[in-house]
Amino acid sequence: MTGDAAERDAAKRDALPGHAVTGAAVAGEAGTARDRTRAGRADGGEPNGTDAVTAQAGPAGRGRAGFRRLVRAELTKFLTVRGWTLAPAAALVTVLVGLLGTAAPGGADDGGFPRGPGGQAVNDAFFFVHRTLDGDGSITAQVGPLTGLTDPGPGGQAVPGVQPWAKAGIIVKAGPGRGSGYAAVMLTGAHGVRMQDDYTHDTAGPALAGDARRLRLVRTGEDITGYASGDGVHWTTLGTAHLPGLPRTVRAGLFVASPQAATDTGAGTGYAPAVATAEFGRPELVGGWQGNGWQGGQAGGDAGTSGSYSDTLRGGFTESAGRITVTGAGDIAPVVGGPPMGPAHTVENFLVGSFAGLLVLVVLGAVSVTAEYRRGLIRTTLAAHPGRGRVLAAKAAVLGTAAATAGLAGAALAVPLGRWRSHAAHFRDLPVTTATELRATAGTALLFALAALLALAAGVVLRRGAPAVTAVVAALVLPYLLATSGILPAGPAQWLLRLTPAAGFAIQQTVPRYPQVDGAYTPEFGYFPLPPWAGLAVLAGYTLAAGVLATVLLRRRDV
Amino acid sequence: MNRPSARRVPPPSAAPPPACTSTPLPGTPLPGTLLPDTLLLGALRPPLARALPATLTLARALHAEWTKLRTAGGTWTALLALVLATAGLGAAAAAGVSCPAAGCGEDATRLALTGVTLGQAVAVVLAAAAVGGEYGTGMIRTTLAAVPGRGTAYTAKAAALAGAVLLASTAAVLGSLLAGRLILPGSGFTPAHGYPPLSLGDGPTLRAAVGSVLYLALVALLTVGVATAVREPAAAAGVVLGLLYLFPLLTRVVADPDWQRRLQQVAPMPAGLAVQATTGLDRLPVPPWTGLAVLAGWSAGALLLGAALLRRRDA
Repeated sequence: MTGDAAERDAAKRDALPGHAVTGAAVAGEAGTARDRTRAGRADGGEPNGTDAVTAQAGPAGRGRAGFRRLVRAELTKFLTVRGWTLAPAAALVTVLVGLLGTAAPGGADDGGFPRGPGGQAVNDAFFFVHRTLDGDGSITAQVGPLTGLTDPGPGGQAVPGVQPWAKAGIIVKAGPGRGSGYAAVMLTGAHGVRMQDDYTHDTAGPALAGDARRLRLVRTGEDITGYASGDGVHWTTLGTAHLPGLPRTVRAGLFVASPQAATDTGAGTGYAPAVATAEFGRPELVGGWQGNGWQGGQAGGDAGTSGSYSDTLRGGFTESAGRITVTGAGDIAPVVGGPPMGPAHTVENFLVGSFAGLLVLVVLGAVSVTAEYRRGLIRTTLAAHPGRGRVLAAKAAVLGTAAATAGLAGAALAVPLGRWRSHAAHFRDLPVTTATELRATAGTALLFALAALLALAAGVVLRRGAPAVTAVVAALVLPYLLATSGILPAGPAQWLLRLTPAAGFAIQQTVPRYPQVDGAYTPEFGYFPLPPWAGLAVLAGYTLAAGVLATVLLRRRDV
Repeated sequence: MNRPSARRVPPPSAAPPPACTSTPLPGTPLPGTLLPDTLLLGALRPPLARALPATLTLARALHAEWTKLRTAGGTWTALLALVLATAGLGAAAAAGVSCPAAGCGEDATRLALTGVTLGQAVAVVLAAAAVGGEYGTGMIRTTLAAVPGRGTAYTAKAAALAGAVLLASTAAVLGSLLAGRLILPGSGFTPAHGYPPLSLGDGPTLRAAVGSVLYLALVALLTVGVATAVREPAAAAGVVLGLLYLFPLLTRVVADPDWQRRLQQVAPMPAGLAVQATTGLDRLPVPPWTGLAVLAGWSAGALLLGAALLRRRDA
């Protein structure tokens, strides 16, 4: 506290009628006995009830022990009024509303998303023309231009055009199961030559043009090296993928995949089935290749969640004079949120109840101070503890701890319960790493604490409950609602989630974003413009600013 | 024989209070200065007040409620805030959204009226503070002593609030449409792209405007009911904002389209705001006026709950 503020506080204390001021004056005059008490306190002596009254009135309220008493006083107030039940209530509604969010029945009972070697949900669906490779070997193929068709809807003509991340190339697949490891080099619709392996690794290759463009994969033990060439003479090494546990006998060959086409319609982004087609030259095989014919089929059985066939667009391959033409849909890539995910739940879905819990805590935070103004208790509080900033800090400590505990309990229950309900209703849920889930859970606790503190500060500034609650809800929940409900287009929606306290909800985002997957990375589908902790920092900044304003006003104003 | 007759004709000193306050003629316009006397006498002599014609009692209660609302700190600020918040957010949305080409699919009227989602929060504050605040200050005891018919006092309060909010929201909605009319062409909503300037002469736009005004008044009434039930302004604001804002968030999460539609049909905010739609009416989960009726149902339910609790409980 600054000297000026201390003086102001002292002046206010003198101006206040009542026993507390008298007590302070007595403490000042009566001297030695009180001083001894203070000295004892400073040595770490535990206060008892009688001492607390005298000590709080005088400067002994300073220091760590004084602050501990302040916190205890606020805690006593908090626990002895009915309002404290709001904290467990916040945890409860977080869980209950979360369960409501997963109450809908009926997803596809297919055992969930395929998991890649890294544990993430993946799409592993493509048209695969393959042979068996036993041991080491290599495959080289010339790949022609990629073309594509998009389904126009009922009765229309298929629209030509290739998807940016449509893929055609050569691949070595570790096993027949969905989500098994792989390494591939490919030509893409709009992103040139790439080497990708195990769903998440993506390396850009050289810019190659012309019909002489060739791709090559060389398998040596568990290592697969990709090469590309523009003329069949000069080769560029794209990289080496290490596939742990790659069996001796693998399937390898040509593949084509195309994700769905995103189209902007009047009602938002729509998705239409799309296929890609590529013509390959006769593959040159070296090493332990088995059999003498190419087998073709859709790997993974269907086109996954991000690709699809239609009545008119189907996958297949034809062989003529050694050249092989392959058409396919699907994708070999991690699953991202939004429409490419299909009907599925995410961790943030299980945490939808946190909006309800947050609302309860905002009410608690605002009322914990506005009720004092309404009942006049604030005068007693500030007479007992003249250090106004410290009173506010003690209140914040009690409230923040209660809110964080409620958030942690609510989130820690809501996520597993939601997942259990989701499985019971045969919905898929997007798997996340433990670290991500912990971040979302602990983040919910911090979110609750920051929101309750923001409400506390708003309560001090506005001194009336209803405006304080509404101001915080309008600043925290309404921007999120406007940004995510599709009322606003993506641009303004993203600015809302950068600039308003609603940015804090980014801490709950678990849907992943990959540069090599075209997704609808917009707030409508759960993607925040800021990284999780940066978003929470925006909210923390608002809370801090409101707290400073509240402290200044509390010191300056009469009560 | 003399004494009983003397009893039957009371002496002049025991005459009832002045005629102007105790027995006004029905339909006589009431000077404003009469009100405090009337209220005081009503408080002292409830039977007398009950003897007044019901419409007159209601008119006086309404006058009293209007006076309280008019003179309470913050009412005019809140009404002004309602206008500014609604028109301001609407203008910001109109400026932030662009329509680069014909058929961009935006509903220009609805866009201009986006601010209603924020304006309703101000209506909630106003109503929650006006109702719940009386419990905080103890004013409710004075109110109910003055107007012992609790239903009358309650009706008067709801009517006074609804009237104030109707006035403010008319200004808010007209301001939003005017802002939209001025700003939207700059964002690409031009006749060339299929968007004539917003005009109340256009049937759907007029319906959206009238519906938005009614929407805000219905939200205020919903708050009156809830605030009377919970008696704490902050909690009332929290409950109503939860009812309004949580349903749309929940709808987003429920992965089943049928459930989404069902939620949108029963939730107060999504259903009520259907009245703002001017395009894609066939895709709406609930028709415009029906949607507003859904909100009206919520408001009526809350008002009835509030009335029942007000009658039953001590003040």
